Amino acid sequence: MALRIGCCAPPGKACDNKTGSWRVFLPVVDPETCTLCGNCVLICPETAMEEVEGKIVVDLDYCKGCGLCAEECPTDAIAMELEEK
Amino acid sequence: MLQIMEGSHAVAEAVRLCRPEVVSAYPITPQTHIVERLAEMVADGDLDAEYICVESEFSALSACLGSSAAGSRVYSATSSQGLMLMAEVVFNVAGMRQPIIMSIANRALGAPLSIWNDQQDSLSLRDSGWFQLYGEDVQEMTDQHFIAYKAAERHDVLLPGFVCFDGFILSHTYEPVDIPTQEEIDAYLPKYVPYNMLDAKNPISMGMYATPEYYHEFRYEIDRAMDRCATALSEAGKEFGEMFGRDYSEHIESYRMDDADIAFVALGSLCGTVKDAIDEMRADGIKAGLVKIRTYRPFPKNDIAKALAGVATVAVLEKNISIGSAMKGAVGPEVLHALNGTGISVYSYVTGLGGRDIRKKDIRNIAELAVKGEGDMFYGLREEVL
Repeated sequence: MALRIGCCAPPGKACDNKTGSWRVFLPVVDPETCTLCGNCVLICPETAMEEVEGKIVVDLDYCKGCGLCAEECPTDAIAMELEEK
Repeated sequence: MLQIMEGSHAVAEAVRLCRPEVVSAYPITPQTHIVERLAEMVADGDLDAEYICVESEFSALSACLGSSAAGSRVYSATSSQGLMLMAEVVFNVAGMRQPIIMSIANRALGAPLSIWNDQQDSLSLRDSGWFQLYGEDVQEMTDQHFIAYKAAERHDVLLPGFVCFDGFILSHTYEPVDIPTQEEIDAYLPKYVPYNMLDAKNPISMGMYATPEYYHEFRYEIDRAMDRCATALSEAGKEFGEMFGRDYSEHIESYRMDDADIAFVALGSLCGTVKDAIDEMRADGIKAGLVKIRTYRPFPKNDIAKALAGVATVAVLEKNISIGSAMKGAVGPEVLHALNGTGISVYSYVTGLGGRDIRKKDIRNIAELAVKGEGDMFYGLREEVL
C-alpha cells in the first residue's frame, strides 16, 4: 500500500488490513454445545464470526481474540484458548 | 487604500476576501470581534459562506474538519482555553492534511484565569503539525492570512496553519491598514482545489486507522510536508510582495543586525517595543539588533543561524513558559540549536506573561543581564508578592 495523503483510502480497504496477527487468545467453538443462536455473530466487533452450513466458523484473518463471543455465548460453547504462534 | 481599523475587524475583512466557504468558531476573548464581524458579514450577504454556530470550540474545529474534508475552504479563530479544548481535533486536522487556516488571538492559559496576552496557547501546540505565523502589527497579521491560505492549499504542502497575533495588543488596537480589493485577492488566491475530498460518487475514507506498520511513515510524511511548507510560505510571501508591495518572503526580519554584538529574538507585537529600545541603545553606543521570527513552525533554523552569525550574545524574549525545562522558554532551545557549535551565548527570558507590560527599560535590563551571562530565567518578578 502506498501512503496516501491524510491516510485516505478507497472503500473496502480495511479488508486488506488483516488484523488477526494481534490475537493472543483464540475462540474455539464446541459444535456439540453450540445451539446456533447467532449471538456471537451479532456481537463480534470484527464480523469475524459466521454461520456456515450449520457451524460457527471464525475468520482468523480478522479475529483479534477479544473474547466477547465467549462472554456472550448462552451455552458456554466458546472457549478462549491461548494461541500457539 | 489605508483605513483606520480595529485589528480584529481587519482580520475579518482579510478572511472575507479569501472567500472561505465555511466558517465555524466559538466566541472567546480576545478573538470575539473577529467572528462577530464574520457572522455579520454572512448575515448581511457580504460573505457567501456557511456560518456554523456551535456550542464549543471542540465542535467548531470538528465542523471545520468535516467541511474541509468535503472540499471547502474553511476558516476558524480561537484563543487560549478554546484552543486547548480543540487540541484533539487540532492534531486530527494536521494528520488528515486539511489546509484549514485559524487565527489565534494569543492569550494566557489558566489557571489562574487570565484574559490578557502571552503566547502560551499557540506555542503549546507547536508539535501538532500546523504551521505558525506571528504578526507584529495589524498590517502584518492581516496580510499573513492571504499568505497562509496560499501556502497551505498547495498540493505539495496540504497543512493547516495558525495565524497568531497578540490578543488585545493587536486584536483590539486601531491602526491604519491597507486592505486589498476583492479583485486583487482573487488574482492572488485562486479557488481551493482539494487533493482528496468526500464525494458520494467516488467514496473514500479519510483519517483511517493506521497499524504500527504504517503510522510511523505517515508522521514522517507530515514532517516532510512541513519542510516544503517553508518554501511554500516564502514563495507565497514573495508573490504577495510583488503584487502588494509588502514582502513576506523571509521567515524572519532582521533589524539593525549588520554590526550587532547583542541580538534579541522575539515574536509578535513585542518586536515594535524592542526596535524602539534598540534605537535608544544604539544612540548610547550599544550595538544591539533584533531578529523577529515570523514563522515559528516550520522553524527557520538556517535563516536564524545566518542572521545571528556575527553576534556575541543572544537574548530570547519569551512570552511563554515551558515549565520544568532548562531554558524556561520554548523558543530559546530552538535558537540555541540553530547556533550549536558557534560559541554564541543564548539565554531565554520569560517575560510579560499574562499581559504584564514589557517596556523599553525592561529590554535594556535584559540586555545587561545577557551580557553578564545571567539568563534562562524569569525576568521582572515582583519579589514582594512571592
